[in-house]
Amino acid sequence: MEKFSTHTGIGVPLRQSNVDTDQIIPAVYLKRITRTGFEDALFAAWRKDPAFILNQAPFNAGSVLVAGPDFGTGSSREHAVWALKDYGFKTVLSSRFADIFRGNSGKQGLLAAEVAQDDIELIWKVLENAPGTEVTVDLVSKTVMCGNVVAPFEIDDYTRWRLLEGLDDIGLTLQHEEDITAYEATRPAFKPKTLPARLS
Amino acid sequence: MAKTLAEKVWDAHVVRKGDGEGANAQPDLLYIDLHLVHEVTSPQAFEGLRLAGRPLRRPDLTIATEDHNTPTLDIDKPIADLTSRTQIQTLRNNCQEFGVRLHSLGDAEQGIVHVVGPQLGLTQPGMTVVCGDSHTSTHGAFGALAMGIGTSEVEHVMATQTLSLKPFKTMAINVEGALRPGVSAKDIILAVIAKIGTGGGQGYVLEYRGSAIRALSMEARMTICNMSIEAGARAGLVAPDQTTYDYMYGRPHAPQGAEWDAAVEYWNTLRSEDDATFDVEVDLDADTLEPFVTWGTNPGQGVSLSAKVPSPEDFGDENAKAAAERALQYMGLEAGTPMKEIRVDTVFLGSCTNSRMEDLRAAADIVRGRTKDPNIRMLVVPGSARVRLEAEAEGLDKVFKDFGAEWRFAGCSMCLGMNPDQLEPGERCASTSNRNFEGRQGKGGRTHLVSPVVAAATAIRGTLSSPSDLDPAPESAAARSSAA
Repeated sequence: MEKFSTHTGIGVPLRQSNVDTDQIIPAVYLKRITRTGFEDALFAAWRKDPAFILNQAPFNAGSVLVAGPDFGTGSSREHAVWALKDYGFKTVLSSRFADIFRGNSGKQGLLAAEVAQDDIELIWKVLENAPGTEVTVDLVSKTVMCGNVVAPFEIDDYTRWRLLEGLDDIGLTLQHEEDITAYEATRPAFKPKTLPARLS
Repeated sequence: MAKTLAEKVWDAHVVRKGDGEGANAQPDLLYIDLHLVHEVTSPQAFEGLRLAGRPLRRPDLTIATEDHNTPTLDIDKPIADLTSRTQIQTLRNNCQEFGVRLHSLGDAEQGIVHVVGPQLGLTQPGMTVVCGDSHTSTHGAFGALAMGIGTSEVEHVMATQTLSLKPFKTMAINVEGALRPGVSAKDIILAVIAKIGTGGGQGYVLEYRGSAIRALSMEARMTICNMSIEAGARAGLVAPDQTTYDYMYGRPHAPQGAEWDAAVEYWNTLRSEDDATFDVEVDLDADTLEPFVTWGTNPGQGVSLSAKVPSPEDFGDENAKAAAERALQYMGLEAGTPMKEIRVDTVFLGSCTNSRMEDLRAAADIVRGRTKDPNIRMLVVPGSARVRLEAEAEGLDKVFKDFGAEWRFAGCSMCLGMNPDQLEPGERCASTSNRNFEGRQGKGGRTHLVSPVVAAATAIRGTLSSPSDLDPAPESAAARSSAA
């Protein structure tokens, strides 16, 4: 995973709550077996509408998505994060993220920054009044800056550390392989195994 | 300190406590007892293992099935959609390469991953269960801690049989009283979500408790736990009891002999202590609950079936108001319209929420001996090939076909429309599934989430209806008891 410390890019105001992962990437795009190439799938249904924000310059070149509360609800599809990244987004700001989406983002180096809704409203106003305004998201100081708005954001310390260091989760866990093996030796015999298969 | 059920299950699976305290605490490393795999969220995870040269650590704790994009017609023919066919073939190749047990299309144990696990007896109390699918919360019905995960975590579990997880908060959902006839588990969970909102469960594990929950069958408990994610919860669970054990006993992978006794002894400890405290408690009255239905585009936008479509002005919060306006426009609904006057085009009976035997039986009991509205298309999609076989053994297929419904093969089908089972733009559907998001069941499709009996009644009347709206069909109950 690439390290993330700070990012500055055009902010995209998405004035909507409950942006679920079916909107971020509709299910028909989930048939692919690759991890990249999902930029065409991002918000595919909404992008058919010429008035949709990502169809407007300069927002189409945005890299900081500023969304309403409850972003990323619904399906666990990590494709939602891949699509946002493939399109060019580096970070998403929202007052509340769905847990699975937030987890998936952390694994993929997309910064999900939790910003108070009052601050989101202020940032929306700046971005709508001066389209193309850049937003700076600083993970070191946990601060977001946009025009004259300076606001703190929340992210859990562990995810922040992993993003700052660009650490691979599996590699980290495998450092504790002895603990895993030791735990396995204590599992009760009645716990089920899928193999050999028993059929009805 | 007295623990809740969820905390007990968590503590029993800690491989390694995270370093640090309080806000600086690292996540705990938790052991995963069962990993369920399907074709959509696994290919990139298998590829990751391959690229890193890592083995899949515990094939004997892993099981795969094909469900999300499989067709529900002509399953003996090659899948027509080439991308879907490639994805299915990729799963087959990966399972072969990594030694994972797979139930493919055509196999008697194939079906929706969350129907297959419990049916085989692989889902048991006190386990940790994960799957690259948000409806993994279904397995919580057994008193398991069951969570949906993304593809990176799927790969993590494949490589390590563990997950790094942050601690959760606990929420008790107390449902006391007795459900009235025609009211079911689906109505309970839709009412819960409408009450706490789609973000209300965020960061929480929900425990469903109370006399109404205790009175429910395992399949009904699965319906409730299934939709925990629609309230944003990490997981949802129900403490195991005799109902759980009776359901499990004799299933292929249930413990046998002395192991069964040892297991039951352990399972009996799996309940929240009387003096355990939950971070939040929510109460719902089962006695007064009516059939529930959604009017909008998220599962929290629901009302009693006897109510009217709400107005955006009913919502105080600006975001909720804007969301309601947008939802009404998308759904093509006018505020103030009685829900029961909404005419639908399609009825979908299926999905990991409501596609088990009891769901099919409940719907069949309503439609038996009655006539379908001629303008309604009705799809009945059993949750698994095994459910389909059992239903056919009871003659339910004939009941649905005589009624004019389509009797399909097992899979996720129109719940998410990844296969050809989709709504057309503007088409309105009464669906027993779990999500009414924009375009979820097909681009431009409009979804109303309902219970199986409301789905059945709607197919008869053509408008959203509850069984109590139907004229009596005197022969139906008699026909069923004489057939049995």
